[in-house]
Amino acid sequence: MSSSIPSSVSYEPTGQRLPVKTGPLLELENLSTHYVSSGGTRVVRAVDQVSLRINAGETLGIVGESGSGKSTLALTILRVLPPAARIVEGRMLFDGEDLVQKSDAEMRHIRGKRIAMILQDPMASLNPLFTIGDQVAEPIRVHEGAGRATAWQRARDLLKSVRIPSPETRVTQYPHEMSGGMRQRIVGAIGISCEPRLLIADEPTTSLDLTIQAQYLNLLRELQRAHGLALIFITHNLGIVAKMCDQLAVMYAGRVVESGPVSRIFNAPVHPYTEALLNSIPRMGDSAQRLTAIEGQPPDLAALPRGCAFAPRCDRVFDRCRVEAPPEFAPAGRRTARCWLAAADSTPSDMLVQSGTA
Amino acid sequence: MAVLEASGLTKHFHAKRGILGGERGVVRAVDGISFSIEPGHTLGVVGESGCGKTTTAKLVLGLEDPTAGTIRFEGRDLQGLDTAGRRHYRKSVQAVFQDPYASLNPRMRVDAIIAEPLVTNEPLSAAEARSRVLQLLDLVGLPSRAADLFPHEFSGGQRQRIAIARALALSPKLIVLDEPVSALDVSIRAQILNLLRDLQAELGLSYLFIAHDLAAVAHMSHMIVVMYLGKIVESGEARTLARTPKHPYTEALFSAALPSHPDERREEIILSGEVPSPLNPPLGCRFHPRCPHAMARCADEEPMLQDVEGRLVACHLYDAAEHRALIRIAAGVSQVS
Repeated sequence: MSSSIPSSVSYEPTGQRLPVKTGPLLELENLSTHYVSSGGTRVVRAVDQVSLRINAGETLGIVGESGSGKSTLALTILRVLPPAARIVEGRMLFDGEDLVQKSDAEMRHIRGKRIAMILQDPMASLNPLFTIGDQVAEPIRVHEGAGRATAWQRARDLLKSVRIPSPETRVTQYPHEMSGGMRQRIVGAIGISCEPRLLIADEPTTSLDLTIQAQYLNLLRELQRAHGLALIFITHNLGIVAKMCDQLAVMYAGRVVESGPVSRIFNAPVHPYTEALLNSIPRMGDSAQRLTAIEGQPPDLAALPRGCAFAPRCDRVFDRCRVEAPPEFAPAGRRTARCWLAAADSTPSDMLVQSGTA
Repeated sequence: MAVLEASGLTKHFHAKRGILGGERGVVRAVDGISFSIEPGHTLGVVGESGCGKTTTAKLVLGLEDPTAGTIRFEGRDLQGLDTAGRRHYRKSVQAVFQDPYASLNPRMRVDAIIAEPLVTNEPLSAAEARSRVLQLLDLVGLPSRAADLFPHEFSGGQRQRIAIARALALSPKLIVLDEPVSALDVSIRAQILNLLRDLQAELGLSYLFIAHDLAAVAHMSHMIVVMYLGKIVESGEARTLARTPKHPYTEALFSAALPSHPDERREEIILSGEVPSPLNPPLGCRFHPRCPHAMARCADEEPMLQDVEGRLVACHLYDAAEHRALIRIAAGVSQVS
């Protein structure tokens, strides 16, 4: 399957659910991004003390509702935040280098070259005034200094690798001449054009039809295997996580409330929010059962409750939850959970960080 | 008797005329479909963009007039209705749309939004209308103080509750639900789906449920029809259809649905190509260019819906001779050519 795609990257293609034995490719440590209003009076903690890591060749799903901070987290990693947002603390180690400390000029060499991103709406990420060939070739010309002819030839190869029929004619066409699925594959081709190590996909299939979504997800998986890519999937859809990801981080109100290997979280969620979310999705063929709904509304990030942000909706809440926000506990292996229920049999990973063991 | 019965329902749109005034073509958005909705039941409609599900909803709502075919409501043909009958129909069939941010007027208070259909259709005093609004708010699980607020003061899920309350105001028989939860947050969807089911049980409502989330449709529906390019390719009882799809398109569609658990393994059928333009649909079976089981006759002969084990399927695979061969293969009996 993967052999059909030429790979010029030296490391081995990896099996989908096998963790790779190299160090983390990207490691976020205690990362916080806040939106500050112009007077400085209102602070929205969009990303708050997030610690995560992803290894080469792995797929990490970041799941959350709107306003949970998952998209701000992606923008933080790429350092393309809107002016009101500030990275207030933390480190982002990518291949051992801290992206927070990089200058804008240095980031321009990393974005598109070593870390690429695919956005939800392909029509918004493609420029309607330029041909497909120009747009797929642009990063190759910018980052690798390739000439027009070479870059266009690479563009044709890339279109072929994302299964665009007759790439020779497609390169001279414009985005409006393509269907939605084709546009999204072109955005994918731009994403992998400079052979990045990490690809961040923000709701990449939300605008696609089901059978086209299945085509696209399979394509991403093949590209990942062929190029040893690390993938971050930002989504609200647990089905995509179940299908595509090795690792999962669940975000709620700006914080990662639970993270760990996908199958272990699906089989035994620790955080009540994760559990409730998993129970609330309808499953094919059991229409007799009533869905377990999560009552209440997601909180306002500018006015979070004092303790745990999920406490007002939690069915296992107790007194401590309402007064004190739980730190990140690490029950076992690569799992973490921000919940007092996880406190009993684990050590807070915050403490580990402080004592220098991590 | 069915609440609503459509037979041979067809809607063609004429594409833009060319410079010389000649017709450039006809979009066969809905092409001769038949279905019926029983009282207290939900009919789910699934299919990808361009399959005609939204046009079907518009025809049922009376927002479009059919090119051909009939819609019968409680046994009476809509075409033959007088003004009063038409008004009665409009009151009995209501809709809830996808985006509660777009479907509620931001400049009206909630009580005015919910009371609007009441005030236009029934001679009610202000006090009567108000008490009916409070009843409806209670029915959809909103506090009575919600009546004096504006839509922007509510979250998406609460707004969808307001939209449902408005749809219920005239005590309809049938509600068209066009993607009612896809604009909502994941943790809110179950609340709304449960509310819709509770209301159905309590008020005996019928639903026409349109959504692209197959698991949600299977969860909500009694019957499902699967549409492809304006045609029904398969219809049947919701759970059996979801578990054992018969038409190759239904099979591919349900196999493309995302799993609910990472350990869930099923055969993946990845269709090649995309849905062709309804302006120029393929001859024969409209699905044949993408069908993994296509045979020679699929290209020139359009399959009719036929009864296959209590279900309707439009596919040549289930024509008598082919079907017997298929069963033989499935049973492991070597095929006699």
